[in-house]
Amino acid sequence: MDLLEYRATRTKTVGEALEQHGIDRRDFLKLCAAMATLLALPASAAEQLAVALAKARRPSVIWLSFQECTGCTESLTRSHSPSLESLIFDMISLDYHHTLQAASGEAAEAAREAAMKENAGKYLVAVDGSVPMGNPGYSTIAGVANIDVLRETAKDAAAILAVGTCAAYGGLPAAQPNPTGAVAISELIKDKPVVNIPGCPPIPTVITGVIAHYLAFGALPELDALGRPKAFYGETIHDRCYRRPFYDQGKFAETFDDEGARRGWCLFKLGCKGPVTYNACATMKWNGGVSFPIQSGHGCIGCSEPNFWDAGGFYEALSMPAHPLKVGAAAAAAGVAAGAAVTFFNRKKKGAAKAGHETTTLEDLER
Amino acid sequence: MGELQFLTWVRGSGLNLALTIFVVGVLWRLIEIYGLGRKKDLSASRSTPGASGWATILRRSLPPPGMLPASPVSYIGGYVFHVGLAVVVFLFAPHIALLTSIAGVVWPALPSQVVDFVTVVTMAAMIAVLVDRLFKPVKRFLSTFGDWFTWTLTFLPLLTGWLAVHHLLLPYTLMLAVHILSVELLLVFLPFTKLFHAFTVFGSRWFNGAVNGHKGVPV
Ligand code: SF4
Repeated sequence: MDLLEYRATRTKTVGEALEQHGIDRRDFLKLCAAMATLLALPASAAEQLAVALAKARRPSVIWLSFQECTGCTESLTRSHSPSLESLIFDMISLDYHHTLQAASGEAAEAAREAAMKENAGKYLVAVDGSVPMGNPGYSTIAGVANIDVLRETAKDAAAILAVGTCAAYGGLPAAQPNPTGAVAISELIKDKPVVNIPGCPPIPTVITGVIAHYLAFGALPELDALGRPKAFYGETIHDRCYRRPFYDQGKFAETFDDEGARRGWCLFKLGCKGPVTYNACATMKWNGGVSFPIQSGHGCIGCSEPNFWDAGGFYEALSMPAHPLKVGAAAAAAGVAAGAAVTFFNRKKKGAAKAGHETTTLEDLER
Repeated sequence: MGELQFLTWVRGSGLNLALTIFVVGVLWRLIEIYGLGRKKDLSASRSTPGASGWATILRRSLPPPGMLPASPVSYIGGYVFHVGLAVVVFLFAPHIALLTSIAGVVWPALPSQVVDFVTVVTMAAMIAVLVDRLFKPVKRFLSTFGDWFTWTLTFLPLLTGWLAVHHLLLPYTLMLAVHILSVELLLVFLPFTKLFHAFTVFGSRWFNGAVNGHKGVPV
């Protein structure tokens, strides 16, 4: 794609782009209705969303990948098509993405610079992966440290989307002992709005939903204290889990192949972190709404929460010690020693009192 | 520190610390108390001191004649909250699971709904005895900081546990962490406050009964 062709595609509106890809109005309305539901908007908003989206100019999106595993990109691209997730590529102009772009080397960097220049102040930056602050050499792109690429690209951006738990909270690279000094994007970029879309990986529809909201309303969705869109991260997995009645009745699977597991009982005892995990898996599900981890028989591991990797074993129930306890013989020995020492002191005092005791004689009393 | 990190801390380092202090404290205090010893009584025993000790354990668990109508809140409230506390602590499935993981022991649990009901009753009884203590001038006069403090230490785990189970007031993550922390505080202070009666009550009753029996006043 030469630069002229590239500009032509990017300036198109969402409506035109969809049309070019053979998506008719009916499909588009369906998409908008789904979006409205996702964003917890009233059903009537679907029509408005359709009008706004069709007219919206496809924004330029620059996707930066730092210390990551490409799982987030896989999540977004491996979805069934046609789906909301695949349609997103018609809504945005993805101008730079390591994994997806054809260009490489200098041509790739040139595309990023061109997109930044042309859309200064208007483009979105999506980041997956955390940034190593221990040593800039731990992760570089074209020889440039991640932190420098991030600062340069974020400078003229409209907003940053921290996609995945690594970008949002440091994730796996930041797990103890955090050898690379990995940090979250929001710790580095303070002067731009940063939307955290955590998950390892995040639900593709959630990534899409945030972008659709931005396109339709020209603003980012409402965020919670951890910078997550409330529409998707407002409730825990446990709040919406279909196994919840079993939890309430105290019916738990004890192993992965016992009678309880076969009957679909609650996975709390097998380490489910659903009660402390805010995400939309239980309602939106994965693979086009087919299933989600708990439905396939495995507890939630809490992958969208900060520090989930260090939150105790995945198979330890939340009410159990996070790590094997270390209270042992030493504590008992210390207790016995303290008791013995105090006893020795008490006995000595008693002995001294006894020795110092003056016997009262008859003479004393008659005096 | 985020909510999940806080929860992880109380489930990890915090729990280790609290249990260590608890184990050290309990052994220390037990050895200290039983190590005090008594002067040898050279007189011949006038009745069976051992039996008198056992009788005292039982008798002091019952209200003395006439006292129940005089102080119903203390007795009934006291029974209800002590029995309730034992049920909630030892017969709630997640608590048994915890003890199983620590000590390998296991016994049957009560249904959660029953434990839930007992929790509410226990809290009500505790509030009743607190109000009684606040409004009865004599009781209030006799109360020290230790009494108010240990009441709070005992009440908080009940309240926070109940709120966590019902997903009330705070997000579950935070409430569960606060609940575990409140139990850890209880563990830390138990050996060093009057709550230590959990370990000494029957021993001291037996001792009193035995001494009296030896002197010829089996009670
Ligand atoms: S399986 Fe997990 S999320 Fe579902 S009810 Fe049980 S504990 Fe909650």
